[in-house]
Amino acid sequence: MRLEVHDLVQRFDGTTVLDRLALTTGEIQALVLVGPSGGGKSTLLRILAGLDVPVAGSVAFDGQPLPRDETALRAYRRTVGTVFQAYNLFPHLSALDNLLLPLVHVHGLSPAAARDRVREPLERFQLAAHAHKRPAELSGGQKQRIAILRALVVQPRRLFLDEPTSALDPEMTAEVLEMIGELKAQGTQFVLVTHEMGFARRVADELAFVGDGRVLAHGAAAEILDRCSIPRVRDFFGRILA
Amino acid sequence: MPRWLAHLVVVAVFAAVVAAAFARVHYAWNWAGVWEYRQKFVQGWLTTVALSLAALVASIVIGGLTALALASRRPLVEAVGRVYVELIRGTPLLVQLLIGFYVIAGAIGLENRFAVGVLVLALFSGAYMAEIFRGGLAAIPQAQRDSARAIGLSPWQTLRLVVLPQALRLVLPPVAGQLVSLIKDSSLLSVIAISEFTLNAQEVNAFTYSTLESYLPLAAGYLLLTLPLSALAHWLESRVRFEAS
Repeated sequence: MRLEVHDLVQRFDGTTVLDRLALTTGEIQALVLVGPSGGGKSTLLRILAGLDVPVAGSVAFDGQPLPRDETALRAYRRTVGTVFQAYNLFPHLSALDNLLLPLVHVHGLSPAAARDRVREPLERFQLAAHAHKRPAELSGGQKQRIAILRALVVQPRRLFLDEPTSALDPEMTAEVLEMIGELKAQGTQFVLVTHEMGFARRVADELAFVGDGRVLAHGAAAEILDRCSIPRVRDFFGRILA
Repeated sequence: MPRWLAHLVVVAVFAAVVAAAFARVHYAWNWAGVWEYRQKFVQGWLTTVALSLAALVASIVIGGLTALALASRRPLVEAVGRVYVELIRGTPLLVQLLIGFYVIAGAIGLENRFAVGVLVLALFSGAYMAEIFRGGLAAIPQAQRDSARAIGLSPWQTLRLVVLPQALRLVLPPVAGQLVSLIKDSSLLSVIAISEFTLNAQEVNAFTYSTLESYLPLAAGYLLLTLPLSALAHWLESRVRFEAS
């Protein structure tokens, strides 16, 4: 994918969250967004995922601009997958039914075809034994892996992952990161917001540092993490990597 | 102690206290006089069942539509819902019945007492239903709607597949409580001379001068309707329960 963002502005109740943000990537598979809380990275991701419409500015993937009206945005959201920090599984449905819902009701598969589609991924990620449990009966790591699968089984063009491990303990974090690492190895395109710098270094083709509503630094992961000369960025890494 | 046994013990103790109270006042029972009119009790009870059922269905429909109006982003639609709910909840059912029957039904030429009674009762109960439903809808976290949008569900699908199934579980207990109230409130329809359960009991009392013998069967008749409803609600609740994730 190639992402082009120009002059992106987003405001909530008069507070400017994105301030003429600009970012143009090369042809890459994985983009990682890092930066301080409240810096605008989740807001940016929500716009990229077609969940929010910016006040001003433009976003294009592979030269295709994102639409602004809700009907066209819904059509766009059906072609991508989004994973939230708090999993947001549907608590009244089993893990399996959480996976089947978008396949059957959005993508028009028959229930039988949808079951066929999810069988192999459930086994590959060791979730088949938990398929009939409700979200409340799953661990955080299992919930998040089901949430990732729910986004994945519709065969999206790319995934948007918003701090998928921030609500998890280290063991479950490792379990989810391993899954994302596997997706990277299989060629899945994604944009990931994370605080896991070691993982960011491993999977990012390009890394963007978002702070104060702008992209303050952008480039290869190692370049930004190790050799960035911008004080604001260096301070941040100094604090969280110390 | 198992739950059913606990219930039984409490009912037995309560019955003993009531029986002791009756024994102290030396009430002169006259069941034979009231037994003559048993047919009226059955007739009245069946009428109450019929009009409660009709009002129950109608009040759920009215409550559902009003809840959607209350959640509307259009000020005029929201205002219609809000004014209706506040007017109905803020005034006595008795007054609503009298106005509904003598003024509104008279003005539009609706002469069927039963229909007017059901309609007023449904409008009354519907206002409470609306608030219950609105609360249920509002209790579903924004994250759930976000998630539904993210997978590409339309607003209607979001309501049908995500919001309503969760909200229904939340509102089941208060809705059951409201339905129990509705059944008991139907007794007020006696003031517009609908020959329902309470009116028949009043008439039997007037014929026999046996107040308690007329009204105790009345209480039993209502319990016969409300207890199974409560039990059904408890059973449904336990069947559809899930922990919030």
